[in-house]
Amino acid sequence: MSGTEEPSIQRRPSRKSVAFTEEKVVVDADGSVTLVPTPIDDNKDSAMSHTPRTPPLSAALGAFTDASSATADGAADGAAPAAIPALDANPDGLDLTLMKKKKKKVKKDDDEAAGEPAAADGEEAIDLSMKKKKKKKVPKEEDEFAKKLEALNLEGAEGAEAAAEENVQEGDMDKGTGIWAHDESRTINYDPLLSRFFALLAQKNPDHASTGTRSYKIPPPQCLREGNKKTIFANLPEICKRMKRADEHVTAYLFAELGTSGSTDGSRRLVIKGRFQQKQIENVLRTYIIEYVTCKTCRSPNTELSKGENRLYFITCNSCGSRRSVQAIKTGFSAQVGKRKKMKV
Amino acid sequence: MSGATEIQNLKDRDPFADEDEESGQNSQSQEKIHIRIQQRNGRKTLTTVQGIPTKFDHKKILKVIKKEFACNGTIISSAESKGMGEVIQLQGDHRLKIKEFLADADAGLGLDEKTIKIHGF
Repeated sequence: MSGTEEPSIQRRPSRKSVAFTEEKVVVDADGSVTLVPTPIDDNKDSAMSHTPRTPPLSAALGAFTDASSATADGAADGAAPAAIPALDANPDGLDLTLMKKKKKKVKKDDDEAAGEPAAADGEEAIDLSMKKKKKKKVPKEEDEFAKKLEALNLEGAEGAEAAAEENVQEGDMDKGTGIWAHDESRTINYDPLLSRFFALLAQKNPDHASTGTRSYKIPPPQCLREGNKKTIFANLPEICKRMKRADEHVTAYLFAELGTSGSTDGSRRLVIKGRFQQKQIENVLRTYIIEYVTCKTCRSPNTELSKGENRLYFITCNSCGSRRSVQAIKTGFSAQVGKRKKMKV
Repeated sequence: MSGATEIQNLKDRDPFADEDEESGQNSQSQEKIHIRIQQRNGRKTLTTVQGIPTKFDHKKILKVIKKEFACNGTIISSAESKGMGEVIQLQGDHRLKIKEFLADADAGLGLDEKTIKIHGF
């Protein structure tokens, strides 16, 4: 199991929550940007998970699946300790909500499977294989509620079939038939209730659901080379406008991170000393967005950076209202590069 | 679902605990180790490591690193680095290797990866 997980973990870091649009994207003169979805599917839960510090979701899931497959036919308790290391693996608590959701579902299946063998021993093997298949699928699966729900529904239906006689719960939720009928008095199982909750949630607030999956897109930085030793970052004002941040702030961060200096030229383009490729600037911008733009609570990029009472900068989220302080930009140590003679003067 | 497991979970990392442990481990006020990169002429680069706890012998660390990464390097004294503390400076881009080295419990310093921050592109 874990062997099969490896490649996906290897592959995972390349996925970024802050995606840059394709290079071909045309930026019109009036500043309007036509966005083309990147070919990389954004199977990302959080802004944090691509940083090396936090293990990717698949790793966390892998830890969970390993532990749970070991205790698959154990008591219902077995799933709970398994969930804990997975939780610990991501102390940032950023995408815990989503992960928990997933976990709960998988865990439920486990419990179901654990309860099953009493009915039929032969079923267990089938159940296990089915479960494994599902788990393998989970990390790769796109983060669409619909898909998850489908899988959940399928499994729920199968589980109900295995459980046979008592609880056959079916019916169309939207049409209000079967168990969802208005005058139905049977108690509804947890699974269909849960799926109904998510279906309704996705239905009623479409933008809410999409914030978790859609990544924040900004136009790609345009890098030109000036001479041999300078790089021109042409569309900085545009990117800053999109991020709603002051040019100076972004510039200071860029210089601090790249360990160089530079200036702005007549048409507000940024001239950076040193050779930098677009990719490298992208990476720095990405970390900037994670640190200074996205809201850590709801991951919305719709935030404002403002100076607080005591020289601290605060980010206020416009969508969820949370407020957090951010670190001031520090240059840190920078070694002396270039001729010593020049430095002396 | 016994209570014991939950408590165990709490013990692992107490969010309300003082940060003293971590900062005490490191030198003075710097809680983090910063690994930076700087461009030199051509495609040459420098890697600087700032904020390695003073409880370690920087000279010895440098010696091991130089051998392992096959590069030259130097220690910038705190006087030279203008209040940034002692800084290890290496020739070439060794950011990821340095991080691994710092976090490695057996062959390296065994520091917490969360205290290490890599800057640059």
